Amino acid sequence: MKTKKILLAHGAGGRLSHELVNRLFLPYFDNDLLRQLDDSAVFSSGKAGRLAFTTDSYVVKPLFFPGGDIGRLAVCGTVNDLAMAGAKPLYLSAAFIIEAGFPEETLEMVLQSMQEAAREARVKIVTGDTKVVEKGAAEGLFITTAGVGVVPEGVEIQSRKAQPGDRIILSGFIGEHEVAVLIARGEFSLKGEVKSDCAPLNGLVEAMLETAPAIHSLRDPTRGGLATVLWEIAGASETGIIIKEDDIPVKSEIRAVCELLGFDPYYLANEGKLVAVCPEGAAEKLVSRMRSHPLGKESRIIGQVVKENPGRVLLQTRIRGHRILDPLSGEQFPRIC
Amino acid sequence: MEKVDEAGAARRRLEEIALLADRPLRLMEVCGTHTIAIFRTGIKSLLPSKIELISGPGCPVCITPQKEIDRAIAYGRMENTILATFGDLLRVPGSGSSLYEEKTEGCDIRVVVSPLDAVKLARDNPEKRLIFFAVGFETTSPAIAFAVREAGRQALNNFFIYSSQRLVPPAIRALLSGKKTRIDGFILPGHVSVIIGSHPYAFIAQEYGIPGVITGFDPLDILEGIQMLARQVKEKRAEIEIQYRRVVKPEGNALALKVMEEVFKPARASWRGLGEIPGSGLFLQEEFSGRDAARVFPLELPDPGEPPGCRCGEVLQGLVGPPECPLFSRVCTPDQPVGPCMVSSEGTCAAYYKYGR
Repeated sequence: MKTKKILLAHGAGGRLSHELVNRLFLPYFDNDLLRQLDDSAVFSSGKAGRLAFTTDSYVVKPLFFPGGDIGRLAVCGTVNDLAMAGAKPLYLSAAFIIEAGFPEETLEMVLQSMQEAAREARVKIVTGDTKVVEKGAAEGLFITTAGVGVVPEGVEIQSRKAQPGDRIILSGFIGEHEVAVLIARGEFSLKGEVKSDCAPLNGLVEAMLETAPAIHSLRDPTRGGLATVLWEIAGASETGIIIKEDDIPVKSEIRAVCELLGFDPYYLANEGKLVAVCPEGAAEKLVSRMRSHPLGKESRIIGQVVKENPGRVLLQTRIRGHRILDPLSGEQFPRIC
Repeated sequence: MEKVDEAGAARRRLEEIALLADRPLRLMEVCGTHTIAIFRTGIKSLLPSKIELISGPGCPVCITPQKEIDRAIAYGRMENTILATFGDLLRVPGSGSSLYEEKTEGCDIRVVVSPLDAVKLARDNPEKRLIFFAVGFETTSPAIAFAVREAGRQALNNFFIYSSQRLVPPAIRALLSGKKTRIDGFILPGHVSVIIGSHPYAFIAQEYGIPGVITGFDPLDILEGIQMLARQVKEKRAEIEIQYRRVVKPEGNALALKVMEEVFKPARASWRGLGEIPGSGLFLQEEFSGRDAARVFPLELPDPGEPPGCRCGEVLQGLVGPPECPLFSRVCTPDQPVGPCMVSSEGTCAAYYKYGR
């Protein structure tokens, strides 16, 4: 038997990441809050009401890409995890692991970008930490942020709350973040002007909750993409999900990159999009409210929750056939032809 | 965006297919991109049950024998070496490891989309040797040939090729002469045929009496290809037709064929599942032997054979479907693939696992 090793694919956010968390982490840390495996843990804190708490580490190559950088990502990602619990994000921590020799000027650019993102999201970075490691022990800069937020009364958002009949709403075009980073990496001789969608979604979520406080589930389709979060919602709620290819907005440049590399847009990471699951009766109104927000202009209903095939996500294709959308297996690699 | 009634057009084609097929038809696609497109677009879920689509040896990753993967891994482990290759080869398990695991372990393995990227890597890293693990069919061979010439033009002495390239028509011949499976028609590859044209497939119709249609990759293309095959069968014709007319010419692409012939020569090569097939591999011409990794670095490696229990070989010949393999979805999954058909995103088993179950 071979010694099991952590592979890069364990960090890709797909099935292997899940398997690792369930097999290694959960048995040690197991508790009711963690077991829900949602983007944030929500718990009561006496008079202060319910708090949401989350953390995330950021490693991205290159550190700067069109539409964002590691700093903006570190703020938005954690803010968005809080927002996906319906929380109003308040405070963040930021811990930096810096490789010796890293230019101070570059660090300052990252900090400035974090400041801007925090201002946009109306959160404060109130505590932090800095560690410097030997050259080669880290690649440039890694950032870990944690965040707390308050969950308004009456808001109960969890993946497991999706119910048959609910509508699934997507807030805009998918795939931009991952493609922007791929192009910036210069790896596949890709060229093009794709910007990451990296943005704090708490303002959009706030507006959504004013219109439809009964939203059942909210997720941001980051690593693993739309397909993987829908699969997680289907699994947690023991329902099936059907979405329509015709209704899922993918920009032509993203489609072109997918065709070139053999990628599937449903598995590409986003950093400024969300998926909402809400009761049928509230869906139309919610979509029109989302469309009036700058980060939700392209919002639309892309499918619904059903009783059949619990745990499965089915895609109805353009020619009205269907296929199963499984979670991402490892990373997507470009195909030969 | 233009609004085309794709669903309506698809429905009409499906109705015609149902009318044309007056008996059960087994059609084989010999191109991994077709396999993927068929699953991604849900065509199988729409076809009448009398049309059975089976996947042939059309995924370059799937047919590459394990010993060649092992050799690429051994090259990747050499000091001062960058091993460059196409993305889907990374996960293919060799007998003890995969390029992906080697990359995790620190070997310098790079994914390239175009062979010219490998030339650039060689130029940018003059202190290292670059070995390009060249896998693929006629679609990619001209670009690889061009890269070899380009490396020569730039006088890059550190650029080597480990060639595992294969040719499609000899494999189809081997499959047919084995007579192990009934095939009523071939959905022939679109991209490969852009290069080689339709003539190299003539033997399928002339010697074996089986129709073939060179088909594109849009769902409507594929449905039309199936429709054309069903019509040939109904009319008792066996011809090689071209559905993908907007890019495929009967004579192929003369320029691409010329550069391919200048740099490579066909020779006997082994295929997973099909064994050794004469004239089915492409290797560097004598003139370029100084860039031939297999010659310059002749490592002695044992032949590991195929993984026990794995039926990829039979899957590749259309003899069994993935669910008939005892390992499928139990031991062999996209996360922990045993056989190559599960590894490649184009592999029959992976496609079946992801989209079809």
